[in-house]
Amino acid sequence: MPKPFAPKVVTANALIEGDVVYLAADDAWVRDLAQAEILTDEAVAQVRLLEASARAHEAVGVYLADVAPGTTGPQPTHFREDFRRRGPSNYYHGKQASR
Amino acid sequence: MYRYTDFDTAFLAERNRQFRAQVERRISGALTEDEFKPLRLMNGLYLQLHAYMLRVAIPYGTLSSAQMRQLALLAEKWDKGYGHFTTRQNIQYNWPKLTDVPDMLDALAEVGLHAIQTSGNTIRNVTADHFAGAAADEVADPRPVAELLRQWSTDHPEFQFLPRKFKIAVTGAPNDRAVIKAHDIGIEVVRRGDEIGYRILVGGGLGRTPMIGKEIAAFVPQADLLPYVEAVVSVWNLLGRRDNKYKARIKITVHEHGIDEIRRLVEDRFVETRAAFNGADLEIFDHIRAQFAPPAFRNAPDDVYDAAYATDPVFRAWADTNLTAHKVPGYAIAQISLKAHGETPGDASAEQMRVLADLAERFGHDELRISHEQNVVLPHVHRSDLPKMHKILKAHGLATANIGRISDIIACPGMDYCALATARSIPIAQKIATRFDELKTEADIGELKIKISGCINACGHHHVGHIGILGLDRGGVETYQITLGGDATQDAALGDRTGPGFSYEDIVPAIERIVGAYLEQRESPEETFLQAYRRLGMAPFKAALYDTADAQSEAA
Ligand code: SF4
Repeated sequence: MPKPFAPKVVTANALIEGDVVYLAADDAWVRDLAQAEILTDEAVAQVRLLEASARAHEAVGVYLADVAPGTTGPQPTHFREDFRRRGPSNYYHGKQASR
Repeated sequence: MYRYTDFDTAFLAERNRQFRAQVERRISGALTEDEFKPLRLMNGLYLQLHAYMLRVAIPYGTLSSAQMRQLALLAEKWDKGYGHFTTRQNIQYNWPKLTDVPDMLDALAEVGLHAIQTSGNTIRNVTADHFAGAAADEVADPRPVAELLRQWSTDHPEFQFLPRKFKIAVTGAPNDRAVIKAHDIGIEVVRRGDEIGYRILVGGGLGRTPMIGKEIAAFVPQADLLPYVEAVVSVWNLLGRRDNKYKARIKITVHEHGIDEIRRLVEDRFVETRAAFNGADLEIFDHIRAQFAPPAFRNAPDDVYDAAYATDPVFRAWADTNLTAHKVPGYAIAQISLKAHGETPGDASAEQMRVLADLAERFGHDELRISHEQNVVLPHVHRSDLPKMHKILKAHGLATANIGRISDIIACPGMDYCALATARSIPIAQKIATRFDELKTEADIGELKIKISGCINACGHHHVGHIGILGLDRGGVETYQITLGGDATQDAALGDRTGPGFSYEDIVPAIERIVGAYLEQRESPEETFLQAYRRLGMAPFKAALYDTADAQSEAA
């Protein structure tokens, strides 16, 4: 049996700031993972990825990241994505500081 | 110190102008990311986990006060108020905006600094012994030849698209403080009779397949140096495995073909390269060397030093760990630790950078160095000035007395910043330093070098740490592998893996058990960790790591 499709979000880094961004359902790039669109269908995810990748003047390095749906929106399932949505652990810099 | 010629200044201004236009074209959409990426990498600009990162070269680790002040300005104006000094004597800014980078590069050019060839498949910043020009054991200052190599390699038309990056390090002393055996080319200044020449090693490197460099030439005379090095890079440029990036470094080429075959090919190619050099490089070298003349050392009594040493235990502890003998009587080499317990190894705030610049101006003949061990060095301080200097260092959190100790840890940025990382390194370094500070055992443990990398690329030199720690991603969990017995000196050795790795929570207790086993088993306090490991072998450390009750409960 094929493995069930793990839910995804589209993510990248913003062209100017380099900050981590996520694709929301209304096509906006958002800075907070909680507002990202959760993609549960593989075909839809691929289309969203292609559309987002075409916006090269806004974002760099677009890819699909695994998430798990949670009560406060999508949650990272890998520690790398957890760090990306938060910021570094040695200083209170990055996203954690702008909340 | 080397001062830019009009040619250098004009070259840099033109490069910066080009890059400014490239950034504008990227933002306007005229360049795609695929087109822009190689251009930004040529200028030291990476895109990392949370932001862009600008890597600025500090050629052979040498800075003037004015340059250090400018680095502070960049940190404050375009970053978050600090910079990170790396194991390749560079400084990295972790938070610049793409639109600010052209201004940052212009500001650097004002003081003769740049970010060219700090990335990409080119010859990178040439590194050197951080005690250059000051060390008592030196044959000659390695920096003039490092500068010569920098000028030769910068924008060298044949070497802009090498199979992979290429790193050169130079030492002027037989005691290697520049880790030359872990570089693609390692150069040691040597003397034969009255003649100064160069011993050349090739094929060293860490990373996925660590190798110790092998001697390709025992003595290359000054006149042959550039053509010889050019022949080495040129042979590899053709032979290097462009088909597989994991096999592209020269260490693999040397390994696959054997050092004798590589030497033969280099000697053939050398006949051609040598004919192409017309001696202009020798004139340039003389011009460069004249600019590295030693400063005007002074002759003064140093009884203030002796008095402070006798009466102030804090100063004494700092002097014992952070000072090294200078070649000139009355002087000392002072290392300023950027490893305050619990802080990020290699980070300095803008304010600290300014303090260091002021101290260098006031007490240090206007010179600073950045060591590959991520500390700052004031290479020429008169002993009578040390007590005053120490007071100022203390007031700015810069007087940590731990050089060479267990808390003087090399740590790469790891997954707190680096896009390639498989695990974090910085918090591991912070936790180890804090733990051993609490235990108050640092002085008793003595010399022990821990080096931590956040992935197999080994920027944190873990293979050559007495204790090496490598952070990996094992099934979605940060896991840390330990190696023991590595050595970064002239007796370079790669550490041996202890066995299975440890989790983020368990790595510090594991290090404690290794150190405990050393303290228990050493013959005397004089026997260092590395000596004890060489005598005892892996068994007692393995037992301490995996067979104790603590280890069992961790496994459970
Ligand atoms: S060792 Fe890996 S994680 Fe550390 S800086 Fe180098 S590439 Fe990044």
